[in-house]
Amino acid sequence: MSELINTTPTRDAGEGKQPVDRRDFLKKAGIVSAAGAVGAAAVYSGWNFQQKKPNHNMVTVRTPDNKLIEVPRDSIKTFKPILSELQKRGREGLKGKRWVMVIDLAKCRNARKCIQGCQTAHHLRPNQYHINTLTMQATENTPAYFMPKPCQHCDNPPCVSVCPVNATFKRQDGIVLIDNERCIGCRFCMAACPYSARIFNWEEPLQDNGYQEKIVAYEKALAAGDEATIDKLKYEVEYNVELNVPQKKGTVSKCLFSADRLREGKLPYCVSSCPNGVYWYGDQNEDSVTNGTTKETTRLTTLLEEKGAFQLMPELGTKPRVYYLPPKDRQFKFEDDRKPEGEA
Amino acid sequence: MIKENENLERIAKEIMRPVGLSKNFILWMSFLGVILAASLVAYAIQLQNGLTVTGMRDYVSWGMYIANFVFFVATSLVGMLITSVLGLTGISWIKPIGRIAEIIAVAFAAVAGLVIVSDMGRPDRLINVFMYGRIQSPIIWDVTVVITYLTLSTLLYFLPLIPDLAIAKTRMDHCPVWLQKLYEILSVKWGHTTEQYKIMLKSVRILMVVIVPTAFAIHTVTSWLFASTLRVGWDSTIFGPYFLTGAFVAGSAAVVIAMYVFRSSYKLEKYITAFHFDKMGKLLVLTMLVYLYFNINEYLVPAYKMKAADAKHLHELFVGSHAFLFWSVQLCGLIIPIILLIFKPFRKPVPMLILSIVILIGAWFKRLIIVVPTMEEPFLPKQHVPHEFMVYTPTVIESMITIGTIVMAIMIISILSKLFPVIPIWEMAEEAENESEHKLNE
Ligand code: SF4
Ligand code: SF4
Repeated sequence: MSELINTTPTRDAGEGKQPVDRRDFLKKAGIVSAAGAVGAAAVYSGWNFQQKKPNHNMVTVRTPDNKLIEVPRDSIKTFKPILSELQKRGREGLKGKRWVMVIDLAKCRNARKCIQGCQTAHHLRPNQYHINTLTMQATENTPAYFMPKPCQHCDNPPCVSVCPVNATFKRQDGIVLIDNERCIGCRFCMAACPYSARIFNWEEPLQDNGYQEKIVAYEKALAAGDEATIDKLKYEVEYNVELNVPQKKGTVSKCLFSADRLREGKLPYCVSSCPNGVYWYGDQNEDSVTNGTTKETTRLTTLLEEKGAFQLMPELGTKPRVYYLPPKDRQFKFEDDRKPEGEA
Repeated sequence: MIKENENLERIAKEIMRPVGLSKNFILWMSFLGVILAASLVAYAIQLQNGLTVTGMRDYVSWGMYIANFVFFVATSLVGMLITSVLGLTGISWIKPIGRIAEIIAVAFAAVAGLVIVSDMGRPDRLINVFMYGRIQSPIIWDVTVVITYLTLSTLLYFLPLIPDLAIAKTRMDHCPVWLQKLYEILSVKWGHTTEQYKIMLKSVRILMVVIVPTAFAIHTVTSWLFASTLRVGWDSTIFGPYFLTGAFVAGSAAVVIAMYVFRSSYKLEKYITAFHFDKMGKLLVLTMLVYLYFNINEYLVPAYKMKAADAKHLHELFVGSHAFLFWSVQLCGLIIPIILLIFKPFRKPVPMLILSIVILIGAWFKRLIIVVPTMEEPFLPKQHVPHEFMVYTPTVIESMITIGTIVMAIMIISILSKLFPVIPIWEMAEEAENESEHKLNE
């Protein structure tokens, strides 16, 4: 995890029963210290109790260098507009990482569970694919196989070069993301991507069950100044460029390598949804990848070497970050259960 | 220099006669207005529901709008071809039609900007292009050169118009008062002094030179919207000249149509003569031959090698699902007109009009045939999507919006040609003067 300073939340002086969500806490830490409203760069934890104890004038906070200090309560500022903050960290990415995915074609039985996991997480319609499993057959006499195809997170991404407004961008950890608050919907990136990895929100996007209610509740809380609810809901309703939710009509979307999950130290949605052990995911800098199904961890270079990995259309010079292991020694019989070409 | 004499009197009278608001003009504009209103309704529907109202989907994510945009940019280039390339080389027969070419350039370049907005998923964020524009993106190059070209073309239209406005403002009793006032303002105290003419001619000359690279840039860059991608059918090194020469074909055809319409409805037979049609016919043949040459290169070379992806693409074009359109465009829009226009009788006004209309329609569909088949053939297979994702079928709404943009261009052309003289009075008077001097000398 790339994140900041403390790992244990402090509690409000004198109160101290309720543990504070760590991320939330750190957020305040970042903002408050940056603002430097009171010379002491301060981190505040027990904000929720402020209203209940108006006579309580001092609070204890933990500073970035891990000291507990007391500061006047009224010098603490609440932080509401988190959109720009999410955008900023979303553009930077996770320091020191180079994410890679390895897809074992010998294991893929077209269970399509990865697709489901992805579509649920990103509020997609059934025919909107961040990842799609295709039936491939290079020539008549070569074997057919199933190939999951996410965005390749190219190191030389043509989609990024052509974007006129820098709405799609490459992060330091190798992930290519889209800021759908900025995208103008020109679809040049879709024309430029040779892997057909990008989709467009042609109509009003689908929203997950309960999402609309959350937004309504959030707005109510904002109006009423109900800090507790605001804190609880803001990460779930604000646009998170690392999850690309909410999707927006007239903008582009695509696979994000589940950047939001990586920030939490978890494996991507598709990787952990696969029942067949197809996906390996990890950090190229550490040279280790973890299997989403078996949770086994192995050396990336060894895996690529032993299985004879390849990449998709490397001749185009896009330098993909996704590797494929060839479909040999398959333990099952290949059956193409696809409906005739062109049907969903 | 302009001398006030009977020549000028006569020419000014003849050219200014159709200027002003006539009943027919108002009828014509209302007719166009109704179509435009319908297409605005269509656009409102698109804004409301998103681009789902078009035939575009995730594979064919560019369709008619982009083809239409290329068509508009292409057609507008004729201003540069006629005023600059021919003008600078001292060809004098273009004098009466130079302004017509500039009107077309201005109208089409102006509407091209709107056409591209019709394709945007988030037109409300247009401002982002100026706020966050990235120099790497061909779209930014395109925006820059389209704006530059429009500005230069407008100046090239307007500067030589100033002396005419000054000549005309004393001769427009038949025009509404506001139009007279407009002439008064726009003619900026023009006094026909030698000094003024010198400055004007010099500026025009500079503009004529500067607009050449701009025009080359605008269409080359437009072709790079395609050529800068890796896709089959677009990944070509000759797209720049290929598009450019195609543009001259489309533009010349548009000029011929406009010449015919103005000549017959404004009674300008004396100025736009059969001789001019004959010359334009030859120009069309020349541009079409060059374009044909690039077409042969563009299709024959890949067809000879038949790389797997190219083979599929070409198969669709030559004998597959796009074959009808492909061959219609190549035959009717290019090959047959070339053959016919070689013969003099076909370079008469009426056959020229008919052929030009066919060529122009062909030019529009040619852009479609460049955009759509490539998008329908991505590198990886299209699977697990509904049928509407696999093939592109334009909808009524997007056709309506496209028609609206064409109507808008016609409206601009109509207004400019109806409110201001379409033929440069002072240049015609100058010509007449030279001729009479010639006669005297003989
Ligand atoms: S696969 Fe396509 S969308 Fe993904 S980074 Fe490469 S070019 Fe961009
Ligand atoms: S559609 Fe959006 S992300 Fe794609 S190139 Fe255009 S502005 Fe950039």
